Amino acid sequence: MELQLSMVDGSVCMKDSAKSEISSERTLYPYVTGTSIIGMKYKDGVILASDTAGSYGSTLRYKSVERIKQVGDHTLIGASGEISDFQEIMRYLDELILYDKMWDDGNSLGPKEVHNYLNRIMYNRRNKFNPLWNSLVLGGVKKGQKYLGTVNMIGTHYEDDHLATGFGNHLARPILRSEWREDLTFEEAVKLIEKCLLVLLYRDRSSINKFQIAKITDEGTTIFPPYALKTFWGFSHFQNPSKGAAGTW
Amino acid sequence: MSSIGTGYDLSVTTFSPDGRVFQIEYAAKAVDNSGTVIGIKCKDGIVLGVEKLISSKMMLAGSNRRIHSVHRHSGLAVAGLAADGRQIVARAKSEATNYEKTYGEPIPVKELADRVASYVHLCTLYWWLRPFGCGVILGGYDRDGPQLYMVEPSGISYRYFGAAMGKGRQAAKTEIEKLKLSEMTCREGVIEVAKIIYGVHDEAKDKAFELELSWVCDESNRQHQKVPDDLLNEAITAAKAALEEMDAD
Repeated sequence: MELQLSMVDGSVCMKDSAKSEISSERTLYPYVTGTSIIGMKYKDGVILASDTAGSYGSTLRYKSVERIKQVGDHTLIGASGEISDFQEIMRYLDELILYDKMWDDGNSLGPKEVHNYLNRIMYNRRNKFNPLWNSLVLGGVKKGQKYLGTVNMIGTHYEDDHLATGFGNHLARPILRSEWREDLTFEEAVKLIEKCLLVLLYRDRSSINKFQIAKITDEGTTIFPPYALKTFWGFSHFQNPSKGAAGTW
Repeated sequence: MSSIGTGYDLSVTTFSPDGRVFQIEYAAKAVDNSGTVIGIKCKDGIVLGVEKLISSKMMLAGSNRRIHSVHRHSGLAVAGLAADGRQIVARAKSEATNYEKTYGEPIPVKELADRVASYVHLCTLYWWLRPFGCGVILGGYDRDGPQLYMVEPSGISYRYFGAAMGKGRQAAKTEIEKLKLSEMTCREGVIEVAKIIYGVHDEAKDKAFELELSWVCDESNRQHQKVPDDLLNEAITAAKAALEEMDAD
């Protein structure tokens, strides 16, 4: 903690500068957030999926937020949490990739390297009590090697064959644990992901019916345009929901 | 064109009685004694070429790059002291990323040339700094199309259709003037630059050299990159053939 001495009218008063600095520089809570990201490896590469919602608290304020972006030639990143912090992360990563490209030495950063770099950023920010309020999924393929990892605002990071953030951890991962296989084709993988996305749509109140799927293989990256899933609300329990309920008057 | 400064050439902050700053002229001599560097503006982009004189057979081909990317859309070719050139490239990279961070768009080539020229000029204003012993040819592609600038050790920068520095600059300039640049595509320009460099290379004085070529054009997606290997080989073959034709006469 720094103490500053300032001379005011000739008299000396001690100012606790540290307190006033920290309170204006810390991230305290997120404002515009994205919900779950789902990622999984499949036969030819890695798939990431998310919806395109940006919630402002409980309001579904922005409905066309791209939460999955490409980073260099070999990596896809998907973010949940504070959208502005994701934009900042993209700035860091784009700069990293630019400098890597300018070397022009035949080498390029793969998903493992990008993940490690990102992990350093996230962990160091957390140690300064000023986190980037995100949970991120990084997927990519380099020289035939598939990679899927996650990192979050406290710096926890790990890799797996299938990952999710936020609500996806509780709703999507169990489905993936029982139904994921190493040799899924792209179509099978999309069906499995859509199954998870549908559950999230029904049960996660911050999700909307507008999804984006992105895939990355050794050939390249494709981020598909957003589309909607078919939902069914005709359950008998939803007919006439207030029948038999005690009224207010 | 050598004149003795006698006493007025000891410091870059001293003018001679006839209004010259000798230290800057001596810096230009370092550029004049280096391998030839050429830049041309074709109708769809810029081509940069360097005659990289090889001082030792032990050097690995492709090392000691003389052409550097400064940002996605522009490149710098260096003539003169290579270490000084590295400084200028580092500064140009930093200016370019700074501009993009502040204004959100890639730095216009004119602005970049201005900043590089200011930096080079800066080092001619103080007695405790020496002028850069290198000149640069800067080529880039922005909203206003492809542009070519040359910055000399004095800090002068002009915009050119075709520019040359180094040993063979007089002969190179004559050759460039013969070309119809406004009708040429970069693909053709690459061949022409290779021919010129092979043409001005002095076999007697300097033995081996490596040709370094780069371009920014529509074909390269407006990105600055090394000329692709197949085109490079095509250019070298054409240049050697043209040389033999000249020798045969």
